[in-house]
Amino acid sequence: MTMNGLHSIDCDVHPTVPDIQALFPYLDEVWRESIETRGILSLESASYPPNAPITARPDWRGPDGQAATSAADIGRHVFDRFKSSIAICNCLYGVQLVLNEDMAVAFTRALNDWIAKEWLDRDDRLRASIVVPMQNVESAVEEIERCAPDRRFVQILVLAMQEVPLGRRQFWPIYAAAERHKLPLGIHAGSSYRHPVTALGWPTYYVEDYVAQAQGFQSQVASLISEGVFAKFPALKVVLMESGVTWLPGFLWRFSKYWRGLRTEVPWVDRPPEEIVREHFRLTLQPFDTPAPDLVERAVEHLRCDDMLLYSSDFPHWQFDGDDPVPAGIPQALRRKILVENPVATYDRLKADRPEEAAR
Amino acid sequence: MNIELKQPLRTAKSKLSIVDCDIHPRASLEDLRPYLSNHWWHYIQTYGLRQRHGHVKGYPFPKPTPLASRRDSWPPGGGPPASDLDFTREQHLDFYGIEHGIMNPLAPSGQGDQNAELSAALAFAINEWQVADWVRREPRFKASVVVPYEDAVASVAEIRRRAGNRDFAHVLLLSRTSEALGRRRYWPIFEAAVEAGLPVGVHVFGYSGWAMTGTGWPSFYLEEGIENATTTQQLIASMIMEGVFERYPDLKVVLIETGFAWLPALGWRLDKHWQRMRDEVPHVKRPPSEYLREHFWVSTQPMEETDKAEQLIDVMEWIGFDRLLFASDYPHWDFDDPFLSLPPSLSDARRRAIYADNARALYRLA
Repeated sequence: MTMNGLHSIDCDVHPTVPDIQALFPYLDEVWRESIETRGILSLESASYPPNAPITARPDWRGPDGQAATSAADIGRHVFDRFKSSIAICNCLYGVQLVLNEDMAVAFTRALNDWIAKEWLDRDDRLRASIVVPMQNVESAVEEIERCAPDRRFVQILVLAMQEVPLGRRQFWPIYAAAERHKLPLGIHAGSSYRHPVTALGWPTYYVEDYVAQAQGFQSQVASLISEGVFAKFPALKVVLMESGVTWLPGFLWRFSKYWRGLRTEVPWVDRPPEEIVREHFRLTLQPFDTPAPDLVERAVEHLRCDDMLLYSSDFPHWQFDGDDPVPAGIPQALRRKILVENPVATYDRLKADRPEEAAR
Repeated sequence: MNIELKQPLRTAKSKLSIVDCDIHPRASLEDLRPYLSNHWWHYIQTYGLRQRHGHVKGYPFPKPTPLASRRDSWPPGGGPPASDLDFTREQHLDFYGIEHGIMNPLAPSGQGDQNAELSAALAFAINEWQVADWVRREPRFKASVVVPYEDAVASVAEIRRRAGNRDFAHVLLLSRTSEALGRRRYWPIFEAAVEAGLPVGVHVFGYSGWAMTGTGWPSFYLEEGIENATTTQQLIASMIMEGVFERYPDLKVVLIETGFAWLPALGWRLDKHWQRMRDEVPHVKRPPSEYLREHFWVSTQPMEETDKAEQLIDVMEWIGFDRLLFASDYPHWDFDDPFLSLPPSLSDARRRAIYADNARALYRLA
């Protein structure tokens, strides 16, 4: 399947920071020294324990157990095996966990610089999301402004769970910057662990933590819409990444029903949430939570919109076996939209970089 | 409402038998006084109820109407909605021809209070009140065994006290417990419920002491309504992954006012990731969706609505038509009208199952 030479655009791949030392060249003296003198070991997040099955498919792990530690590694799998033409890197190194604002800003800047230098510079098919220090809104906007001139950054990356819901007005300067630079807001599974991942406290098992990510997405969609973000920023797009997808239709029926009963509480929400979602939200494909191909097709029908799904392999996370990241059961016509058209329509910077696409 | 086409409604549909699985009778503290000791009466007067949120009166998220109730449900003789048995009978049971109504009393039932002993005293009182003031006067009502769920020992005592009394339909918990419901601390409650032959009903709301979402506190009552569903998803994941149903194969759980359209996708997600990480939970022997299918029932209100009714029916099929229980939520503002809320295209057999047969079988109603 090609479209003007494009096979597919992989909207969610994960470069791994092999070691905190990798960020050394991109940190100020004070933080380089702190790593040594204070014994800071790593900022890896418990959202993806390094050895857990979800974190890397066994056949994609190297001899040291890690996967996706170099641009060449992504090239081998995502470009050579899955035949993608472009891939968007979402680095999940846990800078969002950091409680000290100054430290958070320093490590986030280092991470974005590391991505540009060690990944984007090494393969011109790679794009990336700007990781932002949500610990401080002003710093987050500064980081967007700092990175946005590099057009290989195509999105802003935040986590599904953080200290405060994303719709809150305190974050709106970030959305103003996103709109200004035509950068979608990408919300990826993960937590900064300011709260337990459930409303019922800390779950016993990791599998509960991972399952709970889908509830985190529901909370963020509810918040972004209820607070009026899209009334204020009508051009803002939001991409939900690694969300599981199939929770969306039932959630929207409930949300739209409650909105009809309660809309005087949120008068700025002037149409049903399901309409707002279809216009402003997109979801990456993997994982697609369904048991069997016939249900994949039904679940896609329930989305009632062919524009919403964006192809992703979620490499190196272990979401599927074999070499085809597209779940069996996705209809052929939709497959084409998911692979190229929908991603190009979502990411303005991909469109602008490929004028032949924009013309279609 | 799920309206597909206009058709004559009341005449045809009022002939259906209806079991309403969620009615909220309201006790005042004064009503409970005969069943409380002087100590607790004075304690409540002095220190009040303290339910893991900061408000002395009312709720963190103001309701859309006073007491979250239908404006026409305030009894003409005074008192709050569903406090007057005669008016409740006339406006709800008689008007809709309801055969049985399962009562799920909420505030002031003391569930989740910071003081567990107060919670136990109020649970006892409200259980006494349900039987003496309601069931004895109107046998179409069935009571719930309200339990002070943060104290398993006191909860077990309360369940055993009511065991064998057919006035009680199920054990009642709120969904926001202080730990996830699958945790071992709650297992004695499940064991006592199974012993007593009672399902465990979990009604939405309550305050766990944690933020209402994994990403902090939302702003609006609208969001609280959404989060009632997400919290229920989390408590189900906990019960299954902790192995509750392997330990208690006869346990039945009724989800009340949770909605249901999210249920199949939750089962799919649990299955998919359990498959990958089952070495973490070796005590979970079967795909999670099988426990979901066998051990859970779900009430219909607030009925999800969509303009493609066939998709709602898909979802009902995935859940199982033998697992859906009609509920109105009387007298609350988001009441589902028994005559209007189910998709009209459902077959008669399926309507009968949802309106009455499933509940009759589950609760062993005559």
